[in-house]
Amino acid sequence: MMSDRFVSKDGLKDGIRRLMERRAVIGPVFRGQYHEFAQLAQVDELDLTFQNSRLSPKGLFHPHSDRMFTYSLAKNDPEAGILKEAPQDYSPRVAVGIRPCDARAFQLDDANFETETIKDPWWVRRREATTLVGLGCNQPCATCFCTTVGTGPFDTAGLDVLLVDLGDGYLARPVTEKGRKLLDEAGFAAAAPAEASSRAGELRKAAEQSLGKLFSTEAIAGQNTLELFNAAFWDEVQFSCINCGTCTFLCPTCWCFDIQDEVSGEKGDRLRLWDSCMFPLFTHHGSGHNPRSQKLQRVRQRFMHKLKYYQDKYHLGAACVGCGRCVSHCPVNIDIRQVAQLMSASCIC
Amino acid sequence: MDNPYLPYPVRIESIVTETEDRNLKTFKLVFLDPADENKFSYTPGQFAELSVAGLGEIPIGIASSPTEKGFLKFTVNKVGKVTTHMHNMRAGDVMGVRGPLGNWYPWELLEGKNVVIIGGGFAFTTLRSSIVYMLDPAHRSRFGDITVVYGARTPGLLLYKDELAAWEQRSDIRMHITVDGTSDPNWKYNVGFVPTVTKQKAPSSDNAYAIICGPPIMIKFTLPVLTELGFPPDRIISSLEMRMKCGIGICGRCNIGTEYVCKDGPVFSLEQLARLPNEY
Repeated sequence: MMSDRFVSKDGLKDGIRRLMERRAVIGPVFRGQYHEFAQLAQVDELDLTFQNSRLSPKGLFHPHSDRMFTYSLAKNDPEAGILKEAPQDYSPRVAVGIRPCDARAFQLDDANFETETIKDPWWVRRREATTLVGLGCNQPCATCFCTTVGTGPFDTAGLDVLLVDLGDGYLARPVTEKGRKLLDEAGFAAAAPAEASSRAGELRKAAEQSLGKLFSTEAIAGQNTLELFNAAFWDEVQFSCINCGTCTFLCPTCWCFDIQDEVSGEKGDRLRLWDSCMFPLFTHHGSGHNPRSQKLQRVRQRFMHKLKYYQDKYHLGAACVGCGRCVSHCPVNIDIRQVAQLMSASCIC
Repeated sequence: MDNPYLPYPVRIESIVTETEDRNLKTFKLVFLDPADENKFSYTPGQFAELSVAGLGEIPIGIASSPTEKGFLKFTVNKVGKVTTHMHNMRAGDVMGVRGPLGNWYPWELLEGKNVVIIGGGFAFTTLRSSIVYMLDPAHRSRFGDITVVYGARTPGLLLYKDELAAWEQRSDIRMHITVDGTSDPNWKYNVGFVPTVTKQKAPSSDNAYAIICGPPIMIKFTLPVLTELGFPPDRIISSLEMRMKCGIGICGRCNIGTEYVCKDGPVFSLEQLARLPNEY
């Protein structure tokens, strides 16, 4: 059993400064109007008073645009047209302040990127290189529903270390061996007094109690796929959608991507770029045929994939961690919680 | 860690124009590194991503058979950026191949069975692979009767004309070549749509599987004929097309229900398709 440690607020900064001498440290920083996860240039940029970042931290492992391969197109180059792996930095790094829901999302994404037969090398290597230091949510947002989808404000499942803000300092709970080593490296050695651990327990209980159970993912798993697919409520759900793709862009479990070649002079790159099932081109065949040409089909695909298909394929629960980003940023107020309620109801009439 | 997105470099050995409209060409590709050929071990029904640096990749069914050593064949319809560029490439040019990808026709189930192959237009590529594979002396005895119904709009739009003629001469495969119409007075095969010809020739469903690939309209009207002939849904095999990128079940694009067409398919039985949303 790895025991809890206690670190003062100044001590945390000192420790992170120590880590920054040896490796990249990523954390929530306030830029423009929102918090985002970025590599810290100095420890004072780190802002652990944030609620959550607008963009999920999925970009740590699956960047918005990523160079996969490079190649030469020069006529006299004997290697012209042959793709080479683009150099990548897989040196060890730490991400601090990851919310438990986002860390759980990485695990759900792992099911897609790392299977028994096929491993996505970029995702897997970046995951291995990164130690995740989470921050428990003392005050979940109004749009949060993590406990409904099987995670929670203090869930340690996807983390290496969980920090809990106790006001006068942090409780640092090592979750994995990787996390324990990181705490040692940062110099967070002081054992937490029993009183600190029990205060963290109180905070957890209060946070969990502030979140209700809004729908049942099990009930959705139990529904017949084709009955859900053909349900009448999709027409209502899709009505106000403008297919802007904000939901998929912000979502920590939306991983769909495009692959495109980009050429500049005699050099080229093959890139992968986030894409979205909200866009008609996503499924547009070369022949002109499009199996999801209608908005209703695309809206339905997003919810069905997250809440039904993923569950049925991987048996890990829904591909949603209740972070609430799509709820709070949807320009037309489509609410996945309401859609999930429609989907989980046994009778839709 | 092997990178499943990295294409093997290949050289175009030859290009054959297949059809009178010049929209379909068959590319014979040879691996630059002979060791790559061993890594590319495939089964009829699978596909690959053809890669052109600077333009992108396209998923195309493998038209050669694993019994044909030393090369791969792909028949490519001129449609978009990559395929149009390929149609302007020449023998000797270098490009890439990534695969083999997807599942294959259920050869384990077909063992000891009669096989009815129904194809239309340029969807005949993996069916060609399958026929060459089954007719190979090492494999022919594994299967019962082989019946083929293959149709195109006109004689000039049939793929692999020399091979079709050669198969017509053989006694261990029953060929029913057909065209929608022709003004050629010397046309010696059938005239009529694939569903009609299938009905006329009425291949027996006894101990048989049907593999059907073609344009959606052909499939739509042939399925009732097959049902009438007694083929149950689990013995009618088809292959889906979807827009794809990664080809390995990761990028999410070809998702239908719980399935990724690129990895869990493209080959599905009619019984499997009936359980999936009809979004393809």
